[in-house]
Amino acid sequence: MFEDLRDLYQEVIFDHNRNPRNFRVMADADRQVEGFNPLCGDRLTLFLKMDGDKITDASFQGSGCAISTASVSLMTEIIKGKTETEADALFKTFHEMTTGKDEHINLEAVGKLAVLAGVREYPARVKCATLAWHTLDAALKNQHQAVSTE
Amino acid sequence: MTTFPLERIRADFPILQEKIRNKPLVYLDNAASCQKPNAVIDSISHFYRHDYANIHRGVHTLSVRATDKFESARAKVREFINAASTKEIIFVRGATEAVNLIAQTFGKANIKAGDEIVITAMEHHSNIVPWQMLCQETGAVLKVAPMNVQGELIYPEFEALLNTKTKLVAVVHMSNALGTINPVKKMIAAAHSKNISVMLDGAQAIPHVSVDVQDLDCDFYVFSGHKLYGPSGIGVMYGKKALLEAMPPYQGGGDMIKTVSFEKSTYAGLPHKFEAGTPSIADVVGLGAAIDYLNEIGMANIAAYEAELLAYATQQAKQIKGLMIIGEAEDKGAILSFVLDKIHPHDIGTMLDSLGIAIRAGHHCAMPVMDFYGVPATARASFAMYNTKQEIDVLMDGIKSLIKVFG
Ligand SMILES: Cc1ncc(COP(=O)(O)O)c(C=O)c1O
Repeated sequence: MFEDLRDLYQEVIFDHNRNPRNFRVMADADRQVEGFNPLCGDRLTLFLKMDGDKITDASFQGSGCAISTASVSLMTEIIKGKTETEADALFKTFHEMTTGKDEHINLEAVGKLAVLAGVREYPARVKCATLAWHTLDAALKNQHQAVSTE
Repeated sequence: MTTFPLERIRADFPILQEKIRNKPLVYLDNAASCQKPNAVIDSISHFYRHDYANIHRGVHTLSVRATDKFESARAKVREFINAASTKEIIFVRGATEAVNLIAQTFGKANIKAGDEIVITAMEHHSNIVPWQMLCQETGAVLKVAPMNVQGELIYPEFEALLNTKTKLVAVVHMSNALGTINPVKKMIAAAHSKNISVMLDGAQAIPHVSVDVQDLDCDFYVFSGHKLYGPSGIGVMYGKKALLEAMPPYQGGGDMIKTVSFEKSTYAGLPHKFEAGTPSIADVVGLGAAIDYLNEIGMANIAAYEAELLAYATQQAKQIKGLMIIGEAEDKGAILSFVLDKIHPHDIGTMLDSLGIAIRAGHHCAMPVMDFYGVPATARASFAMYNTKQEIDVLMDGIKSLIKVFG
C-alpha cells in the first residue's frame, strides 16, 4: 500500500525505530548537547565519551519520528571509534547526501547511513534526518547550548 | 441527512479533482485552511477583469464601482455575524493581525501594570503571544484558565480568575488543536457582570458555527477569511462601536485620516480609522462571495452535516487499537486530533500523504496544549462541508495499514 515510500522508509529505518541502538543516558559523558526541532517537537540529548580527540562511546535519549530516531541511532553506531575530524567529515557528507546538492555522493563513505538518502525527495522531512548530525556538530565544537533546527 | 447537497458542493470546489501522488485528493486539513469554491475564485478574477481600481479615493467610475463592491462585502460580513453596524467591521489581514491590533490599541489604552488578562489553556499561539508582548510592555499579568483531560475548560476555575484587576478575557471560541467549543456566552456574561471586556478568537468557529455577535454580546470577535472558504490575506476584527471609537488608531497612513498637516492629523471615523493604506481589495470581494455561498447552503445545514461527519469519524477511530483521540469535549467542532501508539505524527502525515490524504501533523501552533497532554505533536484530521464518509473510510484504512507497516 505504501509502495511510493519504499525509498524513504526502508526496513533498516523501521528496525532502528523499533529498537534504537545506544538509547541510554550516559552518566559520565564528556559532552552532552540537546537538539530540538521546534517544527515537529522532536527532542534529543546526545552524549559522547571522548578519549583525546577520539569518540569512544556515544548514546542518546529523546523522542522523535522514525526518521529522526533511526538517524540518531545509526549515527551513534557509526561515530564510535572515529576521531573528531573523521566524524566531522561524515557530518559534511551526510549533509550533502540529504540536502542533495551533489548527485555524486560516494555512498560507500557513509555506509549504513545511505538508507537515509531517500529524505532528499521529501523536503519536509530533511530536518528529521539532520537533527542528530547538527547536534553532533555542536558537540564536536564543544558548544553547550541546545541546538535548534529553526 | 436527506437534503444536504454534497455532490453539488463537491463540484463547486475545483481542487477536489486534483490527484495527489496519483490518488484522488482527500483534503482533511481544513482547520489550517479551507479550499475555495468557484464562486470565490471567479469573483476575484471577475473583479480584476472588470471592476478593479483603488477604493475611497477616486471620483472616476471604476473607483466608485470598486468601492461599492468592497463596501458591499463589508455589509455581507456585518449580516453574517449580525453586527449592529458596518462601522463595527474592520478589515485586517487575518485573525492574527486582529488580535495584535486589539492588544496594541485597546490593550495599551486600557491595560496597566498589575492588571490581568485571562486566556485559556487551549489558545492558539496567536492568542497568547500578543498578550505576552503587551504584558512585557505594560507590566500586566497573563492568567490562564485550565482545562480537563477531555480538553474542556474548567468553568469554575475560569470564573474564579475574574476579579477587579481583570481588564480583558481573550478566549478561543473553538480550539484548533482539540475541536473544543467553549461555553462563550456564559463566559461573556460572567465577565460582563464584573465589567470585563471579552474578545473571542473565532478563527476556527466561524466556518462551523452560526455566529451572532449581538446575541453573544462579545466586545470583539476576530476571524480569518481563508478558514471560511475565502481568500488568504484578509480577515475581520469586529468590535463594539463605543469601544472602537474610544480606541486609538493602530497604523497611521492614508485612508485613516480626516485631515493631515505637519502639526497635527485628525482621524477618520469608523471603520476607516483602523484601515490605513490600500487593503487587499479583491480579497475582501472574494470573502463577500464566500459568505454568499455559505448563506445559500445555510450555516445550520453545514453544522448538522459536519456533526454527522465528526460522529462517524470518532466512532471509526475508536475501533482502531493503539489510537488515542486528543480532545473529547462534549461540545466539539469537526476536528479529530489523535496520536498512535509508538508512531510519530510526522510519520503518520508522510504515510497518509502517499495515499493522497492531507492531514496536519505537528503542534498546531498550540505548544501548551501539546505539553498538557505530554505529546510532542498530534495528527489532526479536520473536516469541512465538502468531505464525505467515504473519505473518512479512506483515512481509517490508511491509518490501519500504516500501523501494520510500523508493526
Ligand atoms: C484558533 C485559531 N486562532 C487564530 C489563528 C490564526 O489565524 P491566521 O493565521 O489566519 O491569522 C488560527 C489559525 O490557525 C487558529 O486556528
